[in-house]
Amino acid sequence: MPKDGIGASIKRREDPRFLTGRGRYTDDINLNGQAHVHFLRADVAHAVLNGIDTSAAAAMPGVLRIFTAADFSGVGGLPCGWQVTDRHGQPMQEPKHPIMAEGKIRHVGEILAAVVAESVEQARDAAEAIEVDYDELPAVIDMKAACAEGAVKVHDDLTSNLCYDWGFVEENKAAVDEAFASAAHVTTLELVNNRLVANPMEPRVAIGDYALHDDSSTLYTTSQNPHVIRLLMGAFVLGIPEHKLRVVAPDVGGGFGTKIFHYAEEAFCTFAAKQLRRPVKWTSTRSEAFISDAHGRDHVTKIELALDSEHNFIALRTDTYANMGAYLSTFAPSVPTWLHGTLMAGNYRTPLIYVNVKAVFTNTVPVDAYRGAGRPEATFQLERVVDKAARELALDPAELRRQNFIRKDQFPYATPVAVEYDTGDYEATLDKALAMSDYAGFDARRQESEARGKLRGIGLSHYIEACGIAPSNLVGQLGARAGLYESATVRVNATGGIVVMTGSHSHGQGHETSFPQVIAEMIGIAPDQVEIVHGDTANTPMGMGTYGSRSIAVGGSAMVRATEKIIAKAKKIAAHLMEAAEADIELKDGAFTVAGTDKSVAWGDVTLAAYVPHNYPLDEIEPGLEETAFYDPANFTYPSGCYICEVEVDPDTGRVEVQSFTAADDFGNVINPMIVAGQVHGGVGQGIGQALLENCVYDGDGQLLSASYMDYAMPRARDLPMIAVDHSCCTPCTHNPLGVKGCGEAGAIGSPPALVNAVVDALHRAGKEVSHIDMPLSPARVWAAMNG
Amino acid sequence: MYNFDFVRPATVDEALAALADEDAQPLSGGQTLIPTMKQRLNAPSALVSLLGIEALKGVKTSDGTIEIGAATTHADVAAQATGYPALAALAGGIGDPAVRNRGTIGGSLANNDPAACYPAAVLASGATVVTSGREIAADDFFDGMFTTALEQGEIITAVKFPVPQAAAYMKFEQPASRFALCGVFVAKYAEGVRVAVTGASEDGVFRWSEAEAALSATFSASALEGLSLSAEGMMTDLHGTAEYRAHLVKVLTGRAVASAS
Ligand SMILES: Cc1cc2nc3c(=O)[nH]c(=O)nc-3n(C[C@H](O)[C@H](O)[C@H](O)COP(=O)(O)OP(=O)(O)OC[C@H]3O[C@@H](n4cnc5c(N)ncnc54)[C@H](O)[C@@H]3O)c2cc1C
Repeated sequence: MPKDGIGASIKRREDPRFLTGRGRYTDDINLNGQAHVHFLRADVAHAVLNGIDTSAAAAMPGVLRIFTAADFSGVGGLPCGWQVTDRHGQPMQEPKHPIMAEGKIRHVGEILAAVVAESVEQARDAAEAIEVDYDELPAVIDMKAACAEGAVKVHDDLTSNLCYDWGFVEENKAAVDEAFASAAHVTTLELVNNRLVANPMEPRVAIGDYALHDDSSTLYTTSQNPHVIRLLMGAFVLGIPEHKLRVVAPDVGGGFGTKIFHYAEEAFCTFAAKQLRRPVKWTSTRSEAFISDAHGRDHVTKIELALDSEHNFIALRTDTYANMGAYLSTFAPSVPTWLHGTLMAGNYRTPLIYVNVKAVFTNTVPVDAYRGAGRPEATFQLERVVDKAARELALDPAELRRQNFIRKDQFPYATPVAVEYDTGDYEATLDKALAMSDYAGFDARRQESEARGKLRGIGLSHYIEACGIAPSNLVGQLGARAGLYESATVRVNATGGIVVMTGSHSHGQGHETSFPQVIAEMIGIAPDQVEIVHGDTANTPMGMGTYGSRSIAVGGSAMVRATEKIIAKAKKIAAHLMEAAEADIELKDGAFTVAGTDKSVAWGDVTLAAYVPHNYPLDEIEPGLEETAFYDPANFTYPSGCYICEVEVDPDTGRVEVQSFTAADDFGNVINPMIVAGQVHGGVGQGIGQALLENCVYDGDGQLLSASYMDYAMPRARDLPMIAVDHSCCTPCTHNPLGVKGCGEAGAIGSPPALVNAVVDALHRAGKEVSHIDMPLSPARVWAAMNG
Repeated sequence: MYNFDFVRPATVDEALAALADEDAQPLSGGQTLIPTMKQRLNAPSALVSLLGIEALKGVKTSDGTIEIGAATTHADVAAQATGYPALAALAGGIGDPAVRNRGTIGGSLANNDPAACYPAAVLASGATVVTSGREIAADDFFDGMFTTALEQGEIITAVKFPVPQAAAYMKFEQPASRFALCGVFVAKYAEGVRVAVTGASEDGVFRWSEAEAALSATFSASALEGLSLSAEGMMTDLHGTAEYRAHLVKVLTGRAVASAS
């Protein structure tokens, strides 16, 4: 067992500060002379906005200024970072996304006006005195109704509510249809991937600050990717060049995707601070978060699986409606397409696949990436339909999967949906999970449950996902308007300590602990000699931030590359100091030695020489020891794994209790197993939350019914079983230097289908002909399914 | 929150004087009132805290009756109402520790949330609600969702529970709020069995008289077999239909009887 380098479960160095209230979150920052903004938000979903009268409000105590859309006439809308091309070769329909409602209200929660005052309470008081004149319109909420002929349009200047109609792979469509016509068996399933609210523990916060002396702006914000915000807000919205704009995302209390995006409130605070020459702060309330943070998921899908007479999967066809909400959030168009369609092969050899996705505008909060982003939606439908097929054909669901797996000797494997899996061993994770969960012993446990009057079921899912989102040239072809590399600067100080400035951003992932372990391993110094700096565009190289489980695979690789440069240079210095040939220098345990001799210089001697270059090869190399690397990977990484869930259902009430949960993942190499286990625990917790509890529900008028924790059910500790985690099945990634794949989202991707499969299994074993229940599997829904 | 005055009297009389202003409101644990004020849904001119009045706190047990001061927290009832285990268990199952250490029985009853737990105990026990001016029988106290027999300026001072021979409360939690999606309190007295249901009806807590009659004849879950409760008048919301709630009432009543002690 390594002591503290790669593979060691050292404790997270950030936890003491988080657990004892010493973190520094955005809301902990209070600037001199700071004013506060309260946003007046729409309480209807769809309306013509005739006018906003702020005169009475403007005269209220403490009010500094009230802004409406008119104040932003010279300013751009919020940009969308991904353009999808539809099945006819046309670009998606892309409506303007204004900072405040312009002419029309399009969802409950949309900003109508912003009151800046000396205190939040004064701003709130004044907002109540604003008069909004509007004429309500019928709301467009249901996606299929939104696509119907003659439907009311969310955006009058678009031809319809259809953002795009995407076909993938369009050229395969005819062949797929033919395969279905000749199939021995077709399994069909219609399902909903329920809409979710991300609910990070820390709500969003933004503070804008303007420095008159150098005409520069600073935004402090709860972001997963400060450089992306700087680029989007500076270049597209406010027209501030990057050298005059600094974005700082300090400690961030959870993101789960919803803090990737550039939001109106960020642009507003930055803009207003310059106008008012005072810092302007906004802290979201939990109620505001429900109606202004981008939501997740919300797909309605029909999936069909065709099998031949030997039960081989011969074709797969899906038809999905994906909710965009009222406007396109930053990465919204990519989620149901490139992050979803490309994963529809799953772990299987299915040769023919056709995915159709219709993205639809509705009068709801924008929908965008949420932990897993597209891959959970893909995995859920695929692992549900495979399970249903097994049941229809009276096969063991584990064995039907095994039969159709891509075999270990078939990698690299090009799927029919445009991606190439570099490596994997799906039978290994399947067998591992079957053993860990005592799959074979299920029947005895079921009988024991039955004796207590409970129905017991077991369900499994085998997921694939694509992490380390990159490579830039590929995503560029697919419509990304950004590069997806990562950066790191490794600065070695004179006395040997190291500061890594990374473009990755940690908001719960533990980078401050795991990144130093990599450097410790490479150089042979203690991890506490390494400090990680992230989250501030002023002192980190241009990076793309953290989402899509990309930090260690892309950000970690950049850090490795920069450290390799450091080591190469340090060897030159060491060679000079020891008067040896550079090729003979070895670095081990923090010391440079000359191969085959007992000559040695310590790491600290070399670093000191770099900054006090008295005895130094100045004619060959520069002084100093600081290197930067930008890493753009060759491919995605493809973690996979098998999740097995066992449930008990109370037949009288429909209540589901998760009895056990097993996760056997292949994440490639693992830097800190304890942190990886924690990521799986959290992901599974969120997945169980989606499958059992969470549901974001609008009524037909576009009012959010689940607008607080009174009605939006978050998972709690007692809803979760102990989760058995294993990552010993390891096929290292073949194209990044650490052989790592990423683990941040797997839990949320693989767990919902395992749970739903288990509940359906329990009902079947009790003789109930229930083929599907839509998530969340609340007691009322399960009871209705049993008695329906 | 809007601005308001705050007073913390030491006696019931001082509290009543402070509450003479029509816009003043009593504040007990604040677990319901403060959130509504933060949401700006409620704007009292003054809050009259009852927590400084020692006479409103504590659990007293005397021959067959347990008397609980209105300002006694759920946590204190859970710990001290040992003579009435079903009631103590109910209090221990409300909300979370923070709520239980602040929220009070008086606040819960005055609020009469249709999904609250205490109203079921009070109604099933045929308890007496003691106020600053009178004593109100449980059957006369609850008056539909969020409505009670309390008059403007009248405060609850205590609740007197006759201790039953056997009782149990079965709470089926609403998945989000963890209030009662449906809760049934069954209490068996020498004079007969009382069954009170919370969380289910559009009219708030109610007694299920058919079940009471059946259980008074035979105190066994099997006595409920032929009964069924109509879904009419039951609540339908995100978490359950009227039919589901009606079904749960019967399931939970059976379970309460089976576990009554
Ligand atoms: C997270 C959470 C979970 C909860 N879960 C549950 C649950 O599972 N089951 C449940 O039953 N409840 C639950 N509650 C409600 C909780 O029990 C409250 O404490 C209770 O409903 C109100 O009591 P309080 O002392 O806090 O009253 P307050 O909030 O102080 O007052 C409530 C109302 O009663 C009035 N009032 C207070 N005291 C008196 C009095 N003595 N006389 C007349 N009027 C008075 C006030 O003016 C106000 O209108 C929950 C609350 C929260 C916040």
